[in-house]
Amino acid sequence: MNDERRIGRRTFLKSAVISTAGYASASLIADIRQPGLPACEQGTRSPFEQLRKRVGGQMLTYASTPIHQLHGMMTPSDLHFERSHSGTPAISPDSYKLLIHGLVENSLTFTLAELKRFPSCSRITFLECSGNCQDYFKKGPQTTPQELAGQTSQSEWTGVALPTLLRETGLKSKAKWLLAEGGDAALMTRSIPLGKALDDAMICYAQNGEAIRPEQGYPVRLLLPGWEGSSCVKWLRRLEVGDKPWMTREETAKYTEPLLNNTARQFSFVMDARSVITSPVYPAQLEKGWHEIRGLAWSGRGSIKRVEVSVDGGDHWQPATLHGPVLDKAHTRFSLPWHWQGKDTLLLSRVTDSTGYRQPWVKELVAVRGIGSLHYHNNGIIGWRVKSDGCVYYEPVVG
Amino acid sequence: MQPTIPIFCLTLWSLSSQSFSELPQFHLGTPATDQEVAKWNTAIRPDGKGLPPGSGTPPDGHRIYQQRCQYCHGIDGQGGPNDKLVGRVSEDHFPFAEKDAPRKTIGNYWPWATTVFDYIRRTMPYTEPGSLSDNEVYALTAYLLHLNSIIPENFILSATTLPDIVMPARNRFVSDNRLEKQEIR
Ligand code: HEC
Repeated sequence: MNDERRIGRRTFLKSAVISTAGYASASLIADIRQPGLPACEQGTRSPFEQLRKRVGGQMLTYASTPIHQLHGMMTPSDLHFERSHSGTPAISPDSYKLLIHGLVENSLTFTLAELKRFPSCSRITFLECSGNCQDYFKKGPQTTPQELAGQTSQSEWTGVALPTLLRETGLKSKAKWLLAEGGDAALMTRSIPLGKALDDAMICYAQNGEAIRPEQGYPVRLLLPGWEGSSCVKWLRRLEVGDKPWMTREETAKYTEPLLNNTARQFSFVMDARSVITSPVYPAQLEKGWHEIRGLAWSGRGSIKRVEVSVDGGDHWQPATLHGPVLDKAHTRFSLPWHWQGKDTLLLSRVTDSTGYRQPWVKELVAVRGIGSLHYHNNGIIGWRVKSDGCVYYEPVVG
Repeated sequence: MQPTIPIFCLTLWSLSSQSFSELPQFHLGTPATDQEVAKWNTAIRPDGKGLPPGSGTPPDGHRIYQQRCQYCHGIDGQGGPNDKLVGRVSEDHFPFAEKDAPRKTIGNYWPWATTVFDYIRRTMPYTEPGSLSDNEVYALTAYLLHLNSIIPENFILSATTLPDIVMPARNRFVSDNRLEKQEIR
């Protein structure tokens, strides 16, 4: 394997030398090389790797991660999915401040430099839009995982634990909810239960080792591990402590799920467990023989306990290998070797998390919640149809 | 490393003051001035807390709507390139979980009238949020509530009258209960 690769590279370099320098007489066994590019101040992706987010929305307010073109559990920062309600603002780190007020003992503002002076903490966690997979029923066979389920990404986030800041301001005894407000044009707001704020909420200023990207909330965002992306307010400028939720538009008109019993579910923050196969998928063209079925699984309720894969449309399930580290509320990679004999079949994956919750069939969700509720929090099992000619297509599993 | 911070039961959503007060203090941050707080403290709650002085009526709002909103939201809020703002469903039925459900609108889905005021003042018009006066926001809110047959045409919307308006979907919303059991919800 290694040898093959070296020969391939040599042949490549050799032919490059021949064609660029015109050494027509160069011996075929010569291994003449030239120094490569000098060290540079900023690395870029190989020009052979053309990775792109997929931008959408009438106001161009979202972009999805090419999850089927990535490897491992982390998402490169420049490919982290995006969703905003009024575009990405430009906020200067020098004028930035975070205001915390309301039912606190002392209303305080914090500069970015002050936030960085507090004890820091880091954690690897996924962020997912609760609208991920909202076109489950609408998408045709020629749909990639990026188009269907690319509103999820994973980073290492660094910042200060929110309780540390709330300890500075103090909390009045009636405090029960927080309002998180962004400094974008929309001044996006969400009400957050104080319990989450005091559990594992973070005020983040860094992503994957550097300052947060502008699209991810530069200079500061709220991070609520395992909770829907829209609650992790970006460009965070204000936290108001109160005793009741504010009932903002993004927690009433949007990000709520109507149910079949004439009600609508509100404050449905936790992202349920989901798995998605990222290879082989549309637009792959398979040859007979060995393939590795690969994918990602995650749960906002805990860590991944088990992923099972079916290569026969759900008649039999096999345990997939989980690739560590298997972290709490984090994308976890899974794989299963598979020998394809050339027959038409349906590939499926399903996950069970550390709380025992298992990823449902979409028909179970429809039966319990109603099809109209699946605009948000649709974590149903996803299918990939392998045709006998080797073409792979997306297939909603509705039956 | 995970942050070492106290863990609280999520479903209780209550604060265990003891462990919280054991956290160290660092005495960083600057006391916020009243002006700083007042400038940003604009969120409106269902009980009307936060509503500014001022008022407006549906006809006032109609005029502003035609100039500043109609090209995106359509004549009479019927929807243009952007969201439809008007629509009702029958009182005894909330059909949004069903197949081919109607579009969600202020009149059929928004549980609180205060949210309409808060959202317009905060986020609209999309290309120039923050450019409306409080009177204009009252007027536009009144116009949209009137189009949805929630208030009459001569209604004067203000900080006193707005919180008392009962929206058609007021009692439809329930808090998430998925985590109470393992079953699919
Ligand atoms: C340039 C186009 C544009 C203009 C002008 C505009 N809007 Fe909007 N409006 C939008 C978009 C886009 C959204 C959806 C934003 C989102 O979902 O984040 C929206 C959403 C809304 C909503 C929420 C609808 C729902 O059901 O969730 C209301 C209410 C609203 N606009 C009112 C107004 C009013 C009042 C005006 C005039 C002052 C106005 N808009 C002007 C584009 C516009």
